Amino acid sequence: MKVVEVHKDSFEEEVLKSDKKVLVDFNAEWCGPCKMLKPIIEEIADKTEEVKVVSINVDDEEELAEQFSVFSIPCLVVFENGKETKRNVGFLSKEDVEKLIGE
Amino acid sequence: MIYDIIVIGAGPSGLTAAIYGKRANKNVLVLEAKTYGGQIINTLDIENYPVEEHISGFEFATKLYNQVKNLGAEIVFEKVVEIKNIGSEKEVITTKNTYKAKTVIIATGSENRKLGLENEEELVGKGLSYCATCDGAFYKKKKVAVVGGGNTALEDALYLADVAEKVYLIHRRDSFRGEESTIDQLKEKENIEFIYNSNVTKLNANERLESIEVTNNDGTIQTIPVNGLFVAVGRIPENENFKQLIQVDDSGYIVAGEDCHTNVEGIYVAGDNRTKEVRQLVTATSDGAVAATAAIKYINNH
Repeated sequence: MKVVEVHKDSFEEEVLKSDKKVLVDFNAEWCGPCKMLKPIIEEIADKTEEVKVVSINVDDEEELAEQFSVFSIPCLVVFENGKETKRNVGFLSKEDVEKLIGE
Repeated sequence: MIYDIIVIGAGPSGLTAAIYGKRANKNVLVLEAKTYGGQIINTLDIENYPVEEHISGFEFATKLYNQVKNLGAEIVFEKVVEIKNIGSEKEVITTKNTYKAKTVIIATGSENRKLGLENEEELVGKGLSYCATCDGAFYKKKKVAVVGGGNTALEDALYLADVAEKVYLIHRRDSFRGEESTIDQLKEKENIEFIYNSNVTKLNANERLESIEVTNNDGTIQTIPVNGLFVAVGRIPENENFKQLIQVDDSGYIVAGEDCHTNVEGIYVAGDNRTKEVRQLVTATSDGAVAATAAIKYINNH
């Protein structure tokens, strides 16, 4: 699957109401480590069907960042059944992202 | 297989060493614990590296990484835990494998010095940060504090003053060590409050950071409500795993002159983790070239 760009309006539908586990990648254009993480996130999205992978630009979606207390990026948050279950702040290797989503 | 050169660390210094190694037709393995680029990836705009007037740290690191890849160096993402000197060969042990090489270049750089407070680690990303330019944007119109007294702390405070509503600058001494021009600029900002002779002694949090306890050297304690605390109390070299074999100074830097030679033959050091005066991007790449040239000479003579 492809990485889904999520905005304030689509957040509930795409993340909270998702049947699947969701990996949310909070990022921004100016964030170097976010850009390094991006290809890893894309690769994981491509090869997994069990986990939905979404991307949120914190500059465009300040409210979402605030709501989920994102104060540092890259920030990966895992949601299951509408609830946050795991979180990591900072760059991760592909292996560690896989661990985070429990692959 | 025995590599000619193993470089530990894929920052500007280590990657430059790899370029020189590959161009001398040596087989080179670069081992990196996290991601390529090192500390520079957090710099938004580099303005003091020759040729490019402006380049982002990310772009710089990516170009350098691709250059090294295209020259045919192997880059493996594993954390090195030990180096063993077994006669003319060196063993480099990672969390997963053991590699052999004729020479080793240690270019591990440095990491942020922590305050050493109890809940510090768990508050990273929840109000506590070591990088103002990375995380400052999340504190628009909020109250923040910067702790530290060097140039990084001053520049962080200056940057945050334009973003946040209020900035407290906390320093354990009665004056700053940073550049005069930065200090003058800071004093002109109306939303910066200087707190001298004080340390941050406690982090009060409920899920996220809510306030900090600040203790004056005279013993008085005050609690300051802040949304964010930016820690800029210096950096420490990442030489912990090499101390057994390699000589370090009191601060943990590997002892070596401008020739980048360590106390062990065939092992060199390059970049921020070496004892030196100026720690800049240009001196990091310079070290990489010097260390690689020394390694190449060693290989050719043995």
